[in-house]
Amino acid sequence: MSAPHPETWLQTRPEGLYCLPGDFFVDPHRPVDRAVVTHGHADHARPNNQAVLATPETLAIMRARYREQAGGSLQPLRYGERERIGEVEVSFAPAGHVLGSAQAVLEWRGSRVVISGDYKRRRDPTCPAFEPVPCDVFVTEATFGLPVFTHPDDGEEIRKLLTSQALFPERTHVVGVYALGKAQRVICRLREEGYDRPLYIHGALQALCDLYQELGVVLGELRPATASSKQEMVGQIVLAPPSAIADRWARRLSDPVVVLASGWMRVRQRAKQRGVELPLVMSDHADWPELTRTLEDVGAPEVWVTHGSEEALVHWANGQGFRARALSLIGRGEEEQEVA
Amino acid sequence: MKDFAALLDALIFTPSRNGKLRHMQAYFATAEDPHRGWGLAGLTGGLDFKSAKPALVRALVEERVDPALFRWSYDFVGDLAETVALIWPARPGANRPPSLDEVVTRLRLAGKSEVPGLLAGWLDALDATGRWALLKLITGGLRVGVSARLAKTALAEFGQVDVAEIEEIWHGLEPPYGPLFDWLEGRGERPEPNESVAFRPMMLANPLEDRDFESLDFAAYLAEWKWDGIRVQLVARNGERRLYSRTGDDIGRAFPDIIEAMDFEAVLDGELLVVRDGQVAPFNDLQQRLGRKTVSAKLLDSNPAHVRLYDMLFEGGEDIRPLRLDERRQRLESWYGAGRPRFDLSPVLSVAGREALAGLRAEARTAGIEGLMLKRADSAYVAGRPKGPWFKWKRDPLTLDVVLMYAQRGHGKRSSFYSDYTFGAWRDSEAGAELVPVGKAYFGFTDEELRQLDKWVRDNTVDRFGPVRAVAPGLVLEVAFDAVHPSTRHKSGLAMRFPRVKRIRWDKPADEADRVETLAALVETA
Ligand SMILES: [Zn+2]
Ligand SMILES: [Zn+2]
Repeated sequence: MSAPHPETWLQTRPEGLYCLPGDFFVDPHRPVDRAVVTHGHADHARPNNQAVLATPETLAIMRARYREQAGGSLQPLRYGERERIGEVEVSFAPAGHVLGSAQAVLEWRGSRVVISGDYKRRRDPTCPAFEPVPCDVFVTEATFGLPVFTHPDDGEEIRKLLTSQALFPERTHVVGVYALGKAQRVICRLREEGYDRPLYIHGALQALCDLYQELGVVLGELRPATASSKQEMVGQIVLAPPSAIADRWARRLSDPVVVLASGWMRVRQRAKQRGVELPLVMSDHADWPELTRTLEDVGAPEVWVTHGSEEALVHWANGQGFRARALSLIGRGEEEQEVA
Repeated sequence: MKDFAALLDALIFTPSRNGKLRHMQAYFATAEDPHRGWGLAGLTGGLDFKSAKPALVRALVEERVDPALFRWSYDFVGDLAETVALIWPARPGANRPPSLDEVVTRLRLAGKSEVPGLLAGWLDALDATGRWALLKLITGGLRVGVSARLAKTALAEFGQVDVAEIEEIWHGLEPPYGPLFDWLEGRGERPEPNESVAFRPMMLANPLEDRDFESLDFAAYLAEWKWDGIRVQLVARNGERRLYSRTGDDIGRAFPDIIEAMDFEAVLDGELLVVRDGQVAPFNDLQQRLGRKTVSAKLLDSNPAHVRLYDMLFEGGEDIRPLRLDERRQRLESWYGAGRPRFDLSPVLSVAGREALAGLRAEARTAGIEGLMLKRADSAYVAGRPKGPWFKWKRDPLTLDVVLMYAQRGHGKRSSFYSDYTFGAWRDSEAGAELVPVGKAYFGFTDEELRQLDKWVRDNTVDRFGPVRAVAPGLVLEVAFDAVHPSTRHKSGLAMRFPRVKRIRWDKPADEADRVETLAALVETA
């Protein structure tokens, strides 16, 4: 007897992607009895699920963000370990997106589906690299699913920031980064480029930076931006959530250079609209070459495409001989929409 | 090409003048010859080579990219050059990006049919920013918010010389400006100006402040009207003719009627105007003639250009700038003689004293007059803006009470503030009174007032469109402006010249603000 087609055992429901023989959801959008969570971003990890299965790092992130509302029972599962839920074998493979991010690998009666969550393929000093897992159906994101998106080398982008700092030593560089992943990656990359001065951070980044350090990611000296005087921050680099960099919060800074680290910065008009003076093209999502290469690496005959520019990636994949279709999931892509 | 591309990229995102200067200086200091000279030529509009039409660029990319993917991408990005720069597929092996010198020199020599091949080869070898810069160069118009003047200012700061010195020799120089950089870096002599048609940096006036008015020795000054046109310098030598703006930009191409009439040997200073039947037309009519590469016969006929002369710098080959103003004036008058088509003389006004002068200024309300100029009779013509010899004394501005309608985020230091304000005046419609936008202002207020305005905008927002907020009609601004003229581009049919916020009328109810008809009544008729 041949393996059952994944369409027969995975469904989209209002709560999210549902696995019938396991009776659980993957990254549900609303609270459910049992959830498998790929990573800690708010559009994937929601509060108040009854039971949650995720990597230990993702659970730690959920606890830091949601505290007592992180979920009823939180069950850790390391990369590579297996856990049976109902009739389904579940395991996690690294997704290279943020600390703890995982692809959920589901197997039932000889058929295997990989739900990759969000992922990228390039090196990130804050988390283990993506591992391709052969499967029958690969579920991929498509945040940057257009061929205009080719993220440059992040070293080049970080050096742009340092060059600008040298050119404007009397100004404060305020860098917009989202709190989970991008902030810590930018800090780590600055350290790798030899920047060893203290970095100043907005209060909204503190908890997750602390957690990363506890989990062994070295970030160097961080100081709270709010507690520092305008004079002290002259010539410094400050990291803050994107919503704060061009708003009232930034007025405390000395003639700030507004910097934003995001894959969307590839498109100049977007950067100009946001009043960004120094765009850094850095994303934790796969760019177009990474997306297409991943479909080839994974080699799944069938591809389901979720959040982003699904139509273009579906079009490309069908042209390459994959069976591809869009899978619309509610609420996906919201957290990083602005700053992916 | 890489450093030039990085410079252009930085310039388009840098809102402040100082920031732009800093980027350009860093470029001049680090880029090498001859590339930086070509870069300078690009910034000052001095590159001249075979350009490519957007259609050619599009055709090239469509040979390489799936059309559906291209269409979706173009829809998303919105700009053709940028879409092409981003989507152009990397070609393995094409790893030697061209230098700026290679791009410029090969394009100068290339035949039209060679351009597509050259362009495609370069696009293969450059990275995304390099491709974007190349496409901007080759499709004409860098549009990075840098004037020729600003680029020269950066160059002057880089070489620690006065920008007037660079202006003085500029028109004798050719890209890629080797001798210029040699001089600025102390390796060579200052290049000699091309005497025949060089721009001579202008002498500029300071605004007359109240305290100057009290202490001024009026008897020592000559008065003239301050005309509402564009200050120009006319240079005609050895059969060559140039028309320069105040910043030394050659604007002759937009004014062939003036160039044609320059059948003399002199350097003159005057005001460019549109004059019909002896009457100065509104500034807007002159505006339509500006910035054009060619002018239609129709426009030449409907908006005829004219220069009202007020000073003479050279007569023939003789430099008379060291002479006193009243002596130069005499030379100008005897040279002018009985008259010359397209030119007339700006009259010297006779004034009995301080009161008479103030009265004259108050009357200066006919079209084309902005106020008075006061120039010391004994002043030599010197470059720059020396304090004392020349004053401009603008008439009091017009004012109107208007209602704030929209606010937009500013740039640079002001990017966290809603600092650009669109305001309206009332008019009757079938549905009752409605506000119609009549202008836009983004200065005139203090930092503290900006904070208050910003807060008011945030508290009274009724709608948002990207960086713009629409606000409830509740705040009255007193705006000042120099003039108002009819305009088909504005919904109200009127456009203000130089509007600024004079006062915030926190006290005034919005329904007591002014009406569009009040503004219309201020339109000046000749
Ligand atoms: Zn994510
Ligand atoms: Zn996501």
